[in-house]
Amino acid sequence: MDSALIPRGVKRCPTWQFALWIGAAGAVLLWGVFAMLLCWFKGLNQTNMNDSYGFALWIWADLAVIALGGGAFFTGFLRYIVGKDELKNIINYAVLIGFICYSSALLILAIDIGQPLRGWFIFWHANVHSMLTEVAFCLTCYFGVLTIEYVPLILENRQIDKVPFFHRLGHNMHEIMAVFAATGAFLSFFHQGSLGGVSGVLFGRPFGYREGIFIWPWTFFLFTWSAAACGPCFTILVTKITEKITGKKLVKQNVIELLAKISGWMIGTYIIAKIIDTWYWAKVTAPAAGLSLMDFYSNNPFYGIWILVLEIVICGIIPAIILISEKGRKNPAALMAAVVLAVIGPCVNRWVMVLQVMAVPVLTFESWAMYYPSWQEVATTILPVAYGVILISFSYRYLPVFPQEQELNPEV
Amino acid sequence: MKEEQSKEKDKKFGMVIDLDKCTGCGACMVACMAENNVPFKEDESNKRDSITWLRIYKLTNGKPFPDADICYLPRPCQHCGGKGEHGHSPCVSVCPATATDYSKETGIVSQIYTRCFGCRYCMAACPYHARYFNWWDPVWPDGMEKYLSPNVSVRMRGIVEKCSFCFHRYQLAKDKAYFEGRREIEENEYQTACTQACPAGAIVFGDLNNPEHAVYELKKSGNAFRLLERLQTNPKVYYLSGREWVRRAGDNYLKDEKK
Repeated sequence: MDSALIPRGVKRCPTWQFALWIGAAGAVLLWGVFAMLLCWFKGLNQTNMNDSYGFALWIWADLAVIALGGGAFFTGFLRYIVGKDELKNIINYAVLIGFICYSSALLILAIDIGQPLRGWFIFWHANVHSMLTEVAFCLTCYFGVLTIEYVPLILENRQIDKVPFFHRLGHNMHEIMAVFAATGAFLSFFHQGSLGGVSGVLFGRPFGYREGIFIWPWTFFLFTWSAAACGPCFTILVTKITEKITGKKLVKQNVIELLAKISGWMIGTYIIAKIIDTWYWAKVTAPAAGLSLMDFYSNNPFYGIWILVLEIVICGIIPAIILISEKGRKNPAALMAAVVLAVIGPCVNRWVMVLQVMAVPVLTFESWAMYYPSWQEVATTILPVAYGVILISFSYRYLPVFPQEQELNPEV
Repeated sequence: MKEEQSKEKDKKFGMVIDLDKCTGCGACMVACMAENNVPFKEDESNKRDSITWLRIYKLTNGKPFPDADICYLPRPCQHCGGKGEHGHSPCVSVCPATATDYSKETGIVSQIYTRCFGCRYCMAACPYHARYFNWWDPVWPDGMEKYLSPNVSVRMRGIVEKCSFCFHRYQLAKDKAYFEGRREIEENEYQTACTQACPAGAIVFGDLNNPEHAVYELKKSGNAFRLLERLQTNPKVYYLSGREWVRRAGDNYLKDEKK
């Protein structure tokens, strides 16, 4: 039925099967949309947030998807600026995943604010001292860049490409893509960093607060570094999941391994910096506020020292070792394990830098504040996942996302 | 007029609360809610989402009888001056929309309700939990809206609010002084509702910079302390207590660390 739209030389599932798949994802999406409308029309009393948890699941989801979406800017940086040409075979997908992550983050932010109709105040009444202002500006600009990077792929659709104007537009956009990749890398450095600064500047919250250089706390640099390190792993993970679902090899192993190797070195160096940061914070910064390391990891039902071990050792050191070693990268099971751990790592980091910051009591006569999300919060957090599945499905079906697909899956 | 004003010495309004006098009666909380049109819920049992600009904490020394001791600690917004008293309070510096402001003229941290878009970053920044979000639209029992103060706007759902040191009273006092041809207001012309409601006289309010105001000397007492001073938030609310354990409860200390 839709064969005229499908790229030449590749095979796609029957329309009915595709429709069923989209229907299932669409049902989840509608569930999320329903929860979103509840939040917009009834207010944030639909959540389990409270005055101790002004920031909760949504802010974590924002920070996590933006970190994981970091694969787009870093892969673009490697492809266009550093000149790693092999990465042209995965850059489309990295951009698409980044586009989904960033649009999801913007959507979640729109749900998360108490007065969504005043959302534009962040631009109009901007406070230059606020990390969130920097986040808002850079995030919006970078989303624009991602859109510009995604458009040429849409223009490559068989039918759209037939229109001479779109054909030439797509071609010309490809020609200047390095400029946008550089712009994206520049913007990403700042907004990823600003997101790290969100908790790093909170000098009233000793768990999140970090010293730093000028106006930038150390978390500013750590967040950028970890996003560049782990983002490509998320791109690899989603590629592998897509290959599993479609039953096809879509990207050559040497491309995956190159990205994994770079990611491994980035994670390795990041985790060394993270260990130094944690050590300095535990030995100098927190004690200056009268708190010891274990004050942050005891006397509560959830946050034990295990979470620090999980973040740094299990989801940091281990994937770094696997991805740095050639043997590790060549072993499919080890590679997958490392990639999954490297994706969990920044998610755990963002979780503690948002929710544990809220949980830790600062006043001596207050106690730990615990929190679990409401179904509306969960549904609106799953909403972007369903949206991502749908956008990937349509892009994969109708656009030449994977340049090596035809070569890897010759028609019999 | 503006030039003349700028020549005036900046004020730094603040409080000194004598914890040894506070009985924990809650009159200050009630006065605050009535004065500032603070909304309430039908069920107020969940204190984590109800609004109390001024909250009284009950502290204990954790010792068994007969050494057990308690202390009630009223906690309004601390109107922090921030590191180096530059006005970069934890909350003011983080607000992305400049919806909360530090006045160099009064030292008061204000909240601009019509500009706040409810991101709650200020709440995350405040270590005193002095900021509250309007999770619901305010609903007043039938007829009660007639008793609302006309000097304070009610707040809508989705924005943050907090203690303003009854700033509207300062404005009214300034207006009155101006009308009477005076430049300065007297100490007793601007007092917060909680100060006036306290039956024990535990709360004293005034200009911390003005030697003629009671708070000027009180804050210098050897028994005076502020909450979480080590964080360098630089609050303008001082507490007094002759009890060492109460003073120590004001901040975090490492094990075996001497104050």
